[in-house]
Amino acid sequence: MKNTSYDYLIIGAGVVGSMIARWLSRYQADILLIDKEADLGMGATAANSAIIHPGYDPPPGSLKALTNVRANPMWDQLSAELNFAFERPGDFVVAIGEQELPAVEKLYQQGIKNGVPGMKLISGAEMREQEPLINPQVSGALWASTGGICDPFQVTVAAAENAVMNGAEVLLETEFRDFLMEGSRVIGVRTTRGDFFARWVINAAGIYSDVVMHKAGVRPEFVITPRKGEYFVLDSADIRTRHIYFPIPTEKGKGILVTNTVHGNTIIGPNANIIDDKENTSSTKEGLDEIADGARKLIPSMNLRSVIATFAGLRPMGNARSLNPAVDYHNDFVIEIPRQVQGLVNLGGIESPGLTAAPAIAEMVVALLKDAGDTLIEKKDWNPIRPARPRFRNMSHAERQALCASDSTYGRVICRCENITEGEIVREIHAPIPATTYDAIKRRTWLGTGRCQGGFDMPRVVAILSRELGISPLKVTKRGTGSEFLFRQTKELGVQDAD
Amino acid sequence: MLIKEVYDVVVIGAGPGGLAAAIEAKKAGALDVLVIERDVELGGILLQCIHNGFGLQTFKEDLPGPEYAQRYINEARAIGVEFLLDTMVMDVTPQRRLYLSSQQHGYFTLDARAIVLAMGCRERTRAQIRIPGMRPNGVFTAGTAQRWVNVEGYMPGKNFVILGSGDIGMIMARRLTFEGAKVSRVLEIQSYLSGLSRNFVQCLQDWDIPLQLQHTIKHIMGKNRVEAIETVAVDDHWNFVPGSEEIIPCDTLLLSVGLIPENELSKKAGVLLDPITGGPYVDERFQTSVPGIFAAGNVVHVYDLVDYVSIAGDTAGMNAARYALAEQQLEADYVPVKAGKNVRYVVPHKLDRKALESGDVQFQLRVTRPLEEDVWLEVRSESKSVVRRSDRYARPGEMVTIKLKPSMAEAVRAAESLTVDVYPKAEV
Repeated sequence: MKNTSYDYLIIGAGVVGSMIARWLSRYQADILLIDKEADLGMGATAANSAIIHPGYDPPPGSLKALTNVRANPMWDQLSAELNFAFERPGDFVVAIGEQELPAVEKLYQQGIKNGVPGMKLISGAEMREQEPLINPQVSGALWASTGGICDPFQVTVAAAENAVMNGAEVLLETEFRDFLMEGSRVIGVRTTRGDFFARWVINAAGIYSDVVMHKAGVRPEFVITPRKGEYFVLDSADIRTRHIYFPIPTEKGKGILVTNTVHGNTIIGPNANIIDDKENTSSTKEGLDEIADGARKLIPSMNLRSVIATFAGLRPMGNARSLNPAVDYHNDFVIEIPRQVQGLVNLGGIESPGLTAAPAIAEMVVALLKDAGDTLIEKKDWNPIRPARPRFRNMSHAERQALCASDSTYGRVICRCENITEGEIVREIHAPIPATTYDAIKRRTWLGTGRCQGGFDMPRVVAILSRELGISPLKVTKRGTGSEFLFRQTKELGVQDAD
Repeated sequence: MLIKEVYDVVVIGAGPGGLAAAIEAKKAGALDVLVIERDVELGGILLQCIHNGFGLQTFKEDLPGPEYAQRYINEARAIGVEFLLDTMVMDVTPQRRLYLSSQQHGYFTLDARAIVLAMGCRERTRAQIRIPGMRPNGVFTAGTAQRWVNVEGYMPGKNFVILGSGDIGMIMARRLTFEGAKVSRVLEIQSYLSGLSRNFVQCLQDWDIPLQLQHTIKHIMGKNRVEAIETVAVDDHWNFVPGSEEIIPCDTLLLSVGLIPENELSKKAGVLLDPITGGPYVDERFQTSVPGIFAAGNVVHVYDLVDYVSIAGDTAGMNAARYALAEQQLEADYVPVKAGKNVRYVVPHKLDRKALESGDVQFQLRVTRPLEEDVWLEVRSESKSVVRRSDRYARPGEMVTIKLKPSMAEAVRAAESLTVDVYPKAEV
């Protein structure tokens, strides 16, 4: 690394931290983005519904509502600049049976208060016309045309990469331990890779944001309660739903929904269960049954034989009262420069709609810094464009032919289900933020996500990583130290086999 | 090599089914026969099957997988079969145009007068059987582990548990033990073995590796690498038996929980698939629903022995050549073939009424449950018996065959449909 002293040091390279890095990279400043994991976006960013919400859901006046509604229209430009996949299929909140209709109407009114454009209440018949697979008991729905979908992980990579293109640095497998303080001023952080100094430290630590802020003595009463959500991914060849479908919300959240990914799969989930372990992303039989039941409430014909993957994520639910004194709401976002310490921008409780809100949160962080008197001078040569890399699987026959003619490594298919080529894998290993683990390549290229779940590509990708990184296959990992694939060579009996 | 624009027969996949099909196609008179293989070597999955047990039917010899494959490779080369290695078929149209991708030749197309699909099968994964728990490294399919150990020369674990009593799992239990790893147990959710009995004896029993029937995994533990699994007993309906949980420390979980014919390309070509087998509907020539597209081996249904895959390849290859040379659809009037009592499926799905005029036809089937007593295997036309033979047992893990002979041609010609039953002799 070039420096140990920065203008801005961001703790946490999820979608929020990466978006802040990208926003700050427009100014003349030295920026460092750190994360404890071996890749970006390994926390809440990696496991959520991947929806860009219209904004009818959060309580009016809350920071959640404000940033959600502000951010939703930003996504078209963002996707054009950062070249990630983004679609607006629109979403429906579906009332099943007459008794659920008032809840849908209430959401509509809330959306109007929040300033959400493009909403409409529709009848059950209209809903059935829009989605023939929907539960025939449907009595009506709220239609919101601005509902969108993205791949949150790819958004995070694109944003962080754009920041790096504009001079920011990223350090992975670098875990925050404590703040470096001078009196009540934060002057840097102590990490597992040494000390780093910064004029401002930004807490974007997601599920651990409470632990981080407590180290600075900020908001000792603030607690993140992990709420686990489990999901199923279905084979794109078996089922294709048209839009995003929510049930009516409950006090536990937006409920078990049915949505599409930008990769063409339908996903169903999440449930919502409070747990106490911030690392417990396990799925349970009961949870998976709950999701199946929930999804069938909306789409009764849902067949679980089509499931090709399950995953679970933790929502970092906070307990902060809304910063808007007029709003009596206790799970709001924290986005602040706290009074009791200097040099800290403090974020907390960034759960849903945090993905949607991320660009507005980044914008708000810049505004808070300006308000605090920080001079932010725009770079003349800031480049907002992060170019896309070729994606063989999305190409026509003619495009593939041209690509292979320009570089023969694109001709070699490594992932048979998703059609990912060696050329794409090698580019990711040598990208501005290098993909150095199997999962990093998987999430960047979508390799190994199909029917065989990596059974075919895994040994081949381990060999490519070994070759390109110049390391032994024994050192190649799934997601960082401790997750190696291989233990030793064969014919080495007795080397490691104490038992 | 020079790649031609049109071939008489193109075979997709150079495993045992594909190699046999290519050889027979060439012998049947096809001039240009091309085998396309995605790996850098010929032989398919046989290359990682370094154990013996291959060739007892076809060569009357007990060979390891690579040697079995080599005999076919040598013969194919000797008679002028052409090969494209390290090449993936990306698309196939019903008109038999293929789109191919390779590092050496780029992205290109060619046409075939007939195609033999021989893509084999893939392994079922953790997600398909929905094992709950964490998602650490160290959960692999048995075949992926087999490739690492036998082809790449690396050990993907030290302390293994194997879920599923499929053949690859049992073979890997022995193989890993040879290499100094510990295999603490094999779990099987069914009340019976899902692979071959001979593998149970030679790979588990002989090595004191316990098999726990009616057991499965309730939870996988470990963040970065598997640390332990929680097992649980199940009842006949696969419900967990409360209180039977046990935590087994291990660093690797291998899955041998079934194989699925690999038919993504078949679907692109418009080939209709049987939801039970996961493979194409075929007639006795192994022709699919799309004229000129044939299928051979595990792409049709999962075989228990590779020898039978080769024999199926022979049939498919010979008929593909005949189709290519005739360049027209062979007229056929079919009798449907149905799965009857205790039978999960029968291949072929239909039979040309005149098929028996030119020779024997073998029906291949799997039973739905173990029948551990003397059984009749019977083919009937409505209520009339066409042929029956007896056996000492019938097990889901072992493919059952029954042969129809030219002497039965008249009965088949007159049949509305044919049904295959397997039932205990005691029931008669």
